[in-house]
Amino acid sequence: MALVLAPEPPVEDWLDALDTQIKRSPSFFDGRPVVLDLGALPIEQPNVAGLLHTLHDRGIRIIGTEGAHPSWQGLEPWAPLHANTTRPARPIDVPDEPRQISPNDLTSLVIDQPVRSGQSVVFEKGDVSVIGSVASGAEVIAGGSIHVYGTLRGRAIAGLTGNHHARIFCRRMEAELLAIDGVYQTADDMNAALRGKPAQAWLAGEAMMLATLD
Amino acid sequence: MATVVVVTSGKGGVGKTTSTAALGAALAKQDQNVVVVDFDVGLRNLDLVMGAERRVVFDLINVVQGDAKLPQALIRDKRIDTLSLLPASQTRDKDALTAEGVTRVIDELRERFDWIICDSPAGIERGATLAMRHADTAVVVTNPEVSSVRDSDRIIGMLDAKTARAEKGERIEKHLLLTRYDGARASRGEMLKTEDVLEILSIPLLGIIPESEEVLRASNLGAPVTIGTPNSPAAKAYFDAARRLRGETLVVKVPAQRRGFVARLFGRRAVA
Repeated sequence: MALVLAPEPPVEDWLDALDTQIKRSPSFFDGRPVVLDLGALPIEQPNVAGLLHTLHDRGIRIIGTEGAHPSWQGLEPWAPLHANTTRPARPIDVPDEPRQISPNDLTSLVIDQPVRSGQSVVFEKGDVSVIGSVASGAEVIAGGSIHVYGTLRGRAIAGLTGNHHARIFCRRMEAELLAIDGVYQTADDMNAALRGKPAQAWLAGEAMMLATLD
Repeated sequence: MATVVVVTSGKGGVGKTTSTAALGAALAKQDQNVVVVDFDVGLRNLDLVMGAERRVVFDLINVVQGDAKLPQALIRDKRIDTLSLLPASQTRDKDALTAEGVTRVIDELRERFDWIICDSPAGIERGATLAMRHADTAVVVTNPEVSSVRDSDRIIGMLDAKTARAEKGERIEKHLLLTRYDGARASRGEMLKTEDVLEILSIPLLGIIPESEEVLRASNLGAPVTIGTPNSPAAKAYFDAARRLRGETLVVKVPAQRRGFVARLFGRRAVA
């Protein structure tokens, strides 16, 4: 199935809107055949070749056009561009402005309120810091380490994505369950002397180690 | 400006209905125009605790579904002019409540009263979420026991996520009302300490209501403790809580064991 793109004048504004869409879902056009409907463009010769190039630069694979006026020139180059590829070999973009950090790029998550019972915080990309307590019956799941600046009463599951070096830190240890990279301990297995103390947990080989922080 | 208060807890049997009635009556005695609304459709109790069970004709469901007008369903208290009750239906279930209908009823109530106090059913399902939906303020009723505290924590999380205010990005005020507090058991270390409950839930304390005969008796007689025995320690705690709800700053008194010297000498068998 091919997508149809229909540029509308003014083309600059339409391109801006397209860019916003691409930014929102970067892989939207990946490998998808696109038909360009030029019917809405003014009859006077528009810069069709330029438009095709601009779209090509954005990794959009055009397999055909429709609605073009016979007098227009510059419609030839689309087809050979990606004749045999299912995924376009996208040119490497050189960003001309500093990249803006969007929430999707962040590698740490800060939660500045308590995590309540029944709530579940899942952050696979990196570390989670909680400014507050994690309640009994709540869970924090992180790809990296977990820091709790309060009492950890619920579950903390660190190193979700196979990160063996992830650790769990908390200002007061009352956890129901701790897990790092698949190795877990329930409250029953933990050293009772650590209860109520500031503590950290890490992995040494296949064993979970727990120690106070002071 | 009317304030919608939801009295909620998650867990059942902690004293939501008793507290709704007592707080409603306390506010009404402070010359506020108050309506208490029973959201516990199918298991209505507030009418009994308010002593109005023989006067129910129409109920919340009738108004929500448009079968009755709001003034037809409102029951004015015979003891306090400024106190009204909107009862729940005993024959229907919570599915009869619709979100739009509840919104309409609450909007109508806002025009008539200063305080709309919604008695939430136990649980975290539809009935409870609809009861908290339009709240400006929540009174989280908790017993000093681990199960109750954990359920309250869950409810606080829902208040921050599922209420209309939360969805608009506004804050919902939350207060902790610690009920069935037993001074004797607390001193023996058999209950969670108040400071532990506060640390776990991290919301401000509205009051501590001592476990007492008066509260139980009042519920069975159909007179909220703030009407039936207004001088009892429990009633005084509710009056103070009502004033705090209105924005006053009062020191919270921890109910002490009321045993005199002789009683202490002879332990629990002494007759006071």
